[in-house]
Amino acid sequence: MTATVDASAIAAAVREGSTKASDIVEAHLARIGEREEEIHAFNLVLADAARAAAAAVDDAVAAGQDPGPLAGVPVALKDNLCTRGVPTTCSSKILDGWRPPYDATVVTKLAAAGAITMGKTNLDEFAMGSSTENSAFGVTRNPHDTSRVAGGSSGGSAAAVAAGFASVGLGSDTGGSIRQPAGLCGVVGVKPTYGYVSRFGLIAFASSLDQIGPFTTSVRDAALVLDVIGGHDTNDSTSIPEAHPSLVDVLDQDVKGLRVGLVTDLPAGADPDVQERLEAAVGALREAGATIVDVQLPAFGYALTAYYLIAPAEASSNLARFDGVRYGLRVDAADTNAMYGATRAAGFGDEVKRRIMLGTYALSAGYYDAYYGRALKVRRKVADDFDRAYEKADVILVPTSPTVAFPIGAKTEDPLEMYLSDIYTIPTNLAGHPGMNVPFGTGAGGLPVGLQVLAPTLGEPVMFRVGAALERAAAS
Amino acid sequence: MTTGTTTGTTAAALPVTAPGVSTLSLRADGGHQLIDGYELIVGLEVHVELATVTKLFSASPNRFGDEPNTNIDPVTLGLPGALPVLNRHAVELAMRIGLALNCMVQSSAFHRKNYFYPDMPKAYQISQYDQPLNINGWLDLPDGTRIGIERAHLEEDTGKSTHLGGTGGRIHGSDYSLIDFNRAGVPLVEIVSRPDIRTAEEARQYVTELRAVLGTIGASDAKMEEGSMRCDANVSVHRPGTPFGTRCEIKNVNSIRSLGRAIEYEARRQIAMIEDGEKVRQETRHWNENDGRTHTLRTKEDADDYRYFLEPDLVPLAPSAEWIQSVRDALPMLPGVRRTRLAQATGSAPDSEAILVVVERGQDEYVLAVADAGGDVGRALIHVKEAFADEGASPEVPVADLARLTTLETSGAITATQAKTVLAEIVAAGGGDPAAVAKSKGFEAMDTGALETMIDDAIAADPDAWAKFCAGEGKAMGALVGAVMKASRGKADGKAVTALLNAKKG
Repeated sequence: MTATVDASAIAAAVREGSTKASDIVEAHLARIGEREEEIHAFNLVLADAARAAAAAVDDAVAAGQDPGPLAGVPVALKDNLCTRGVPTTCSSKILDGWRPPYDATVVTKLAAAGAITMGKTNLDEFAMGSSTENSAFGVTRNPHDTSRVAGGSSGGSAAAVAAGFASVGLGSDTGGSIRQPAGLCGVVGVKPTYGYVSRFGLIAFASSLDQIGPFTTSVRDAALVLDVIGGHDTNDSTSIPEAHPSLVDVLDQDVKGLRVGLVTDLPAGADPDVQERLEAAVGALREAGATIVDVQLPAFGYALTAYYLIAPAEASSNLARFDGVRYGLRVDAADTNAMYGATRAAGFGDEVKRRIMLGTYALSAGYYDAYYGRALKVRRKVADDFDRAYEKADVILVPTSPTVAFPIGAKTEDPLEMYLSDIYTIPTNLAGHPGMNVPFGTGAGGLPVGLQVLAPTLGEPVMFRVGAALERAAAS
Repeated sequence: MTTGTTTGTTAAALPVTAPGVSTLSLRADGGHQLIDGYELIVGLEVHVELATVTKLFSASPNRFGDEPNTNIDPVTLGLPGALPVLNRHAVELAMRIGLALNCMVQSSAFHRKNYFYPDMPKAYQISQYDQPLNINGWLDLPDGTRIGIERAHLEEDTGKSTHLGGTGGRIHGSDYSLIDFNRAGVPLVEIVSRPDIRTAEEARQYVTELRAVLGTIGASDAKMEEGSMRCDANVSVHRPGTPFGTRCEIKNVNSIRSLGRAIEYEARRQIAMIEDGEKVRQETRHWNENDGRTHTLRTKEDADDYRYFLEPDLVPLAPSAEWIQSVRDALPMLPGVRRTRLAQATGSAPDSEAILVVVERGQDEYVLAVADAGGDVGRALIHVKEAFADEGASPEVPVADLARLTTLETSGAITATQAKTVLAEIVAAGGGDPAAVAKSKGFEAMDTGALETMIDDAIAADPDAWAKFCAGEGKAMGALVGAVMKASRGKADGKAVTALLNAKKG
């Protein structure tokens, strides 16, 4: 489906001067010109800025300088990452006209590494959704079958990478919003350990769960990007102070002797084609020398419910600042309270309103204990279950999504059905652990199936070793 | 309770209005003044802005009086994607406050207090809720009354709204509002007393003493007129021996004087209601300086539900034992300790005017230095109080000069009246030898024999007055003393003359 858009190859060629960043950018802009109208991965394509940035990279190379480890690599940024002077919308009408006066830390780091920003990608409004159908600016279509969703909430970035509009996409993952669209679009997607990547400049959905991560066409590229964007940031108190080891360096290590956990009490629901790929992957890993062990995660099935209390609770607070006073949309009314109401009624979509109401209710006096308080206990239980499982296993292998990409409109009438799309991704966020989607063949309709490698806190090195092994097995 | 991203707090078990307003008084009943048979119960919530260089969660300057909306940044404005980073210096100043108020400094956490208001940029205030930094302390008033401190916690200030047009400067009915975000994010410590205050005068003393402590430790300039110290009062009344009454919270008190007036007004309002058979409603009331009354601001029923939950953008604040100890070790001597020290040295009461005034001016070290230099400490205290009002903590007059002056007095070489005159000249000159100044003024010791001769002369000159004095007419003494003073050209010691006259009367 995609032309050669491997980030590692592009960066190597641009750094040695054998390929011009400008040519790379033109090739990607050409693909955008061909298919973007159909796919709608972007809210905004930054063609002029990308050309200018590519020229600067080429000038640096010509002057004998090294533009950095992502020299000339085209990236697509989820439109909830702040970009200085460039509209940042969260695919919501409420941020109409707002241009951030600063760059997110990840944006600064990518630019410093020589990457080229191609545009801002579509998402479910404020990252609330699993199909990018909740965007105020229209749905993003799956490049493999444009009648189907790209997943979400980072559907735009996933589709952009799958369609060859960019070789790297950045997304944010609160309950699966990187891994699920990566799975449905057949690309690699990583949600790192909470605190691995700075959240400064990521417009918050649920602050204790949100984490930025990459979409790429290979496991190696994901490692390359994480080596650039990871690390402590003094602007984010929750970013991990310790230095991270390079992930690119671990990719050549095999998986002999590693213990891969299979969850015996996983909530049922994965389609047979997905289940078949999981079993194939187990066989491949065993063949590569890994040991397969059974683990139990009894609280796994309760995680979804807890998540849909905790995430909306935090969101109700995070999104309260969109009040029409200082920036974005304002709908005038008789007094301040009426202005708040009119602005928020006009600016937010239905799913955002639903979650604000859920979260406000869950935190209210008299209901806190029964809802938010209890959800926090489940969160602790999920983390405890994982801790026990990781005594027996180095990584855990589960499906990314119960199904392949579903048709546009299939789940929009039933929020609960939509929420179930994230049943296998959410527990990781509650525990703060890393997880990655690795494409592993196809299922029904020839659509991509993705599998998740999960690991404990800061278990990225072992997760990437297993991810690379799966990738090799999938290719053979 | 543990902390971290996977745990939270149990809010329903806690008050949902202002955190930490306690009904637990540590103070024993009795001894204080009642109003119409009712006892007044007051607890104070004092907000102080910390004297940091930058804001609580961002690098913008914490500076009063700048052009509006110049000390701002993405964090201050609550722009999407901006994250708070805790200011270490603010934590240190908050710990200083806690330790100066005899609190326990403990592991703590920040919560979000959610409510909409235009000058609240994020629509939540980052504050401390059920895990405050400082708990369980006290503040002793100069007379020894101990007021319990329930907590002293860190939080951020809001911006400042100015409502224009319409009526009364309130948001409702105004034509438009202006918001200055310079104050948003300025670090505050909220100091919550226990309901241990029993009179309006005690409330004034508490705030005065608190301000002195805050200034001494360099935590805040604590100026009520600039808003860097703000005071809300929880007031209730009850008959002694019965449970506490329903309290009302009084806001918008902008001076220590107003605090006393507001409390007194509110107490009388509540007593009148009870006497009329009405019930006091729990509510927040607004003090109006102009009409001298409190007015309903909002009742308990319209109180916001703040939906507190752990602030996920910050990590728990757990100062190490070493850090706490180093802050404790660096604390300067507090006003109460200084008063006690000076009181013990001089024999005056710790809450006597001279001790209060001299310690407030920071001149107690000077007085003690006069004693160390061989001077009379009691006389030095009075001289410093009377003559050094315009001097700072380090008066210009050399310690030795004042010491010699008091020695001249104690030896009887000059009188107290003469000493005042000498000191005034020394102060004006920034120092000088008291003996030389006394000599230049013609002040010299008058022996008792000479004085008795003068007294005898005065009696002989005015036998009428002497007869009246002997008959018990006190006024008559004045004429005799005056005559002696005149004859001595002011050198006679008035007290000595009086004593001799009384002795002669027999």
